Amino acid sequence: MRFVDEFRSADKAHALAAKIAGLCEPGRQYKLMEVCGGHTHTIYKHGLEDYLPEQITLVHGPGCPVCVIPMGRVDDAIALASHPDTIMTSFGDMMRVPGSQGSFFDAKAQGTDIRMVYSPLDSLKIARQNPDKRVVFMAIGFETTTPSTAMTVLRAAAEKLDNFSIFCNHVTIIPAMKAILDSPDLRLDGFIGPGHVSTVIGCRPYEFVARDYGKPVVVAGFEPLDILQSIYMLMVQLSEGRSEVENQYTRVVPWDGNLAALTAINQVLELRPYFEWRGLGFISHSAMRVRPEYAKFDAELLFEVPGVRVADPKACQCGEVLKGVLKPWECKVFGTACTPETPIGTCMVSPEGACAAYYNFGRMNRRRVVEVSIS
Amino acid sequence: MCLGIPGEVIEFLPDQPDLARVDVSGVRRVINVGLLSDDLPKPGEWVLIHVGFALSKIDEAEAAAALQFLEGIGQAYADEMEALQASQIE
Ligand code: SF4
Repeated sequence: MRFVDEFRSADKAHALAAKIAGLCEPGRQYKLMEVCGGHTHTIYKHGLEDYLPEQITLVHGPGCPVCVIPMGRVDDAIALASHPDTIMTSFGDMMRVPGSQGSFFDAKAQGTDIRMVYSPLDSLKIARQNPDKRVVFMAIGFETTTPSTAMTVLRAAAEKLDNFSIFCNHVTIIPAMKAILDSPDLRLDGFIGPGHVSTVIGCRPYEFVARDYGKPVVVAGFEPLDILQSIYMLMVQLSEGRSEVENQYTRVVPWDGNLAALTAINQVLELRPYFEWRGLGFISHSAMRVRPEYAKFDAELLFEVPGVRVADPKACQCGEVLKGVLKPWECKVFGTACTPETPIGTCMVSPEGACAAYYNFGRMNRRRVVEVSIS
Repeated sequence: MCLGIPGEVIEFLPDQPDLARVDVSGVRRVINVGLLSDDLPKPGEWVLIHVGFALSKIDEAEAAAALQFLEGIGQAYADEMEALQASQIE
């Protein structure tokens, strides 16, 4: 296919790799974070680190929505689902996320009515079809998914459905990036910005990273060459001493985002004062809840939920992995006690999680083996 | 769930202006296009779909590239397509 070659060609990849290597200052180490789990997936799938000079390290960020759901929220959701006459609906990715008493799958095996759906609109349909049941949608995700939830609530309101609600766990990417920038553990040189999230929020929200922290951000697409191109753009900025927000993924991401999506989010949801992220702890203004005007669609108000905070399992080092401080294979239980079949931490659950990406692509004990040849 | 999958708009549903039938690798499903209400796609145009909603318009080249990317990632895409097949939004 002609189109695809454009994003794939090995020649182009090597040419870009050589240009990237040419921009590295001798003796300087570069740490670039890819914020989004989709990027982590591409990087490991295509072994992109093997194209990069030793001086550049890619650090995986917190941008996997399933990975950041804390244990206590899973417990709350299961408690909610266990109310009589209740149907809990959830994306498939959420089903194996461990809570302190097990996952959605475990609860389902014990008879709790938890159903997988593709879209929140499927939950809405289940609600219409089951007027004698209370149907709850387990809403998770970054800004890519949030507008879909908001639009679904608006639709439920327009239809005057009174047996549909959401258990809102939507998180926002900017405060998480800020938490990472403020964390003393890690010194980063720049960010590969998330592609799909930026389709909704646009590129402006990253400006504080460039302005206040002096780090460049390049919003990137998901093809291997997109990512290499973005790394090149970051390296050009670093070599010229600039820090700006640039958009590599103009094919899909408008600079100002999607106004209709942002309007829908704002109409239905508002920021929580704080929210716990698995492994990262409490981050202020980092998640959304239902606005009082739509309270009758807020499962947290309609049901009793325990709301108990549960500490992460001792063995789990997801926090370090989510902050990019540890590589997945440096976690003590990686690949032994913790595998995609029996995840201890969340980064092993979703295919976008850093641990699962490493594990699935057989990079369990990865050392740099291929040197880039620069001709 | 984070995947954006490309679909070609086939038609709009009568009386439901925010719902459109799309073709995703031969699977036809109804999705919501309300997030593109400022600039609705026309039949024959391509959109990037996320959890049942069209998130942005894309061109055919981008759609082809995105599809090949998805096919390359294997199981996660198979799961997503299975979920899409089970979806009954109308
Ligand atoms: S290997 Fe498991 S426990 Fe360790 S960081 Fe990864 S997901 Fe968490």
